[in-house]
Amino acid sequence: MKKAISILALSILVSLPVSAAKYDYGLEAKKIGVDTYLFLGKKEDFSFQNGGNIVNTGFIVTSSGVVVIDTGSSKRYGEQMLAEIRKQADKPVYKVINTHHHPDHFLGNQSFKPAPIAALKGTVKDIKSSGEMFSENLYRMTGDWMRGTEAVVPDVTLQPGAEEIGGHQIEYIELSGHTGSDLAVFDRTTGVLFAGDLVFYNRTLTTPHAIPEKWFVALDRLSKLPFKVLVPGHGEPVTDLSAIEQTRDYLRWLVETLDSAANKGQSMNEVMQEKIPARFANLALVKSEFNRSVVHLFPAVEKKTLHRAN
Amino acid sequence: MRLLFCSLLMVGAVFTASAEEIPEDPLGSIQWDDMYRAYLSEHKVVFDDRVKVMAPEFAEDSMNVPVSVDASKLTGIREILLFAEFNPIPKILKFFPVSSKAVFSFRFKIQQASPVRAAVLTSDNVWHVGGVWIDAAGGGCTTASDDRLGGDWADHLGEISAGVWNRNDSIRTKIAINHPMDTGLVAGIPAFYLEKIDVTDDEGKLLLRIEPFEPVQENPVFTLDVSKSAVINIEAVDNNANEFSARVVQ
Repeated sequence: MKKAISILALSILVSLPVSAAKYDYGLEAKKIGVDTYLFLGKKEDFSFQNGGNIVNTGFIVTSSGVVVIDTGSSKRYGEQMLAEIRKQADKPVYKVINTHHHPDHFLGNQSFKPAPIAALKGTVKDIKSSGEMFSENLYRMTGDWMRGTEAVVPDVTLQPGAEEIGGHQIEYIELSGHTGSDLAVFDRTTGVLFAGDLVFYNRTLTTPHAIPEKWFVALDRLSKLPFKVLVPGHGEPVTDLSAIEQTRDYLRWLVETLDSAANKGQSMNEVMQEKIPARFANLALVKSEFNRSVVHLFPAVEKKTLHRAN
Repeated sequence: MRLLFCSLLMVGAVFTASAEEIPEDPLGSIQWDDMYRAYLSEHKVVFDDRVKVMAPEFAEDSMNVPVSVDASKLTGIREILLFAEFNPIPKILKFFPVSSKAVFSFRFKIQQASPVRAAVLTSDNVWHVGGVWIDAAGGGCTTASDDRLGGDWADHLGEISAGVWNRNDSIRTKIAINHPMDTGLVAGIPAFYLEKIDVTDDEGKLLLRIEPFEPVQENPVFTLDVSKSAVINIEAVDNNANEFSARVVQ
């Protein structure tokens, strides 16, 4: 089987377009606030064509150094990100932050060493246990874009609360819901909120480790912050509550759809036939992500409708 | 690989004969001919749209791939065989509708991309076959089950949970049985799986029978449309002769 995969991989490599062969993500730092920049990812799933550039990452240039928020999906992504950061700032990287343990947010870590890499306690634990598996999965999905990538576990446990870095009041907000451990980074000085994957915008949210009831709590908390710009984990930044509301609206529909299907005794494939409301038609990947969410979340919902019989 | 080589040789040598014998696979799988010879060749085989197999195009979780079968448009069904030909253990499950509807759903483990097919044997000795391709990252059959890794599977072995929903002409019934469903393909863990699940009424009359094989999911959940009965008895047995039973009153 391994042999078959390498033959397949080889035939893909032979036929790939020249642009992809250079493994250039084409990252461009877009200024979204005072001292604050964003690398906007594509609203797609991982593929060889996009090389895993499907995630938003960013950085804040402070007088003490650069604060990097998430590192992308591969060693190459991290390297190219760092090269673009160098064009905007001649200061060293002060700190790298991982918002949560999903591979598109931390697999670029190794390119930032020896800078300290920080994440919440739960995220450090999850990267430790799943990092290698994620990395292998991405090799399969994006191929040679991943060359040399190794999961680097954060070496600093981030304490929730405020920290002053080079003239920026930065608040670390510990939440959960998209995963068991989600960090939002709010720069009170500039008003830019990096919401991580607690917020998706015009790209359907993903649920492989979701805890919906906690996710709603996190969204309520984020909606109360006095942000000027909100950077979702996926999709364009916004200056109002629209991204939070869209995320909440879809999540609520998802939960209600699964509950109602389970209460009718439907099977997973029957749930997947559910019609997706028109208001979600503009969310990228809505059909495939809905199907994935059924697989992730339905078994637990279904279990609640069954009763011990022996 | 050897099998593939042999079948290629055969195609070359006796092309006309084999083309007549083995109906052409609409799913274009190179394993179809071998599946035909292994499981179906004793009877006539037709691909039949009335055998509906539903599964997502991609196996998000290779340990839990949802599959649904609806063969209720066929009459005189003797048995339904489900198989995924690229799995190391192709046979997934046999289903005997008896007096119930030939409609059921469950989840199974997939090792790599494969068609999943239902072959429905009717009383006129014809296999009616339907199926779909499922793409997969793989590993489902050679990965230890969650509870094996957790180490507490024995505490809950054989616990049965159920749910019933009255429908017009049948009872939608979900049966969940705690069982590791070990495939035997993980080093150090022998095959250990449910072999038979009978659903009967209170007089002991069989309403339907399921015969799972190793690839059925850990702690399986079966969604069934059982013929009307005030009481449903569930009797299950595994390959180590452990017996589990439960009674569900509507």
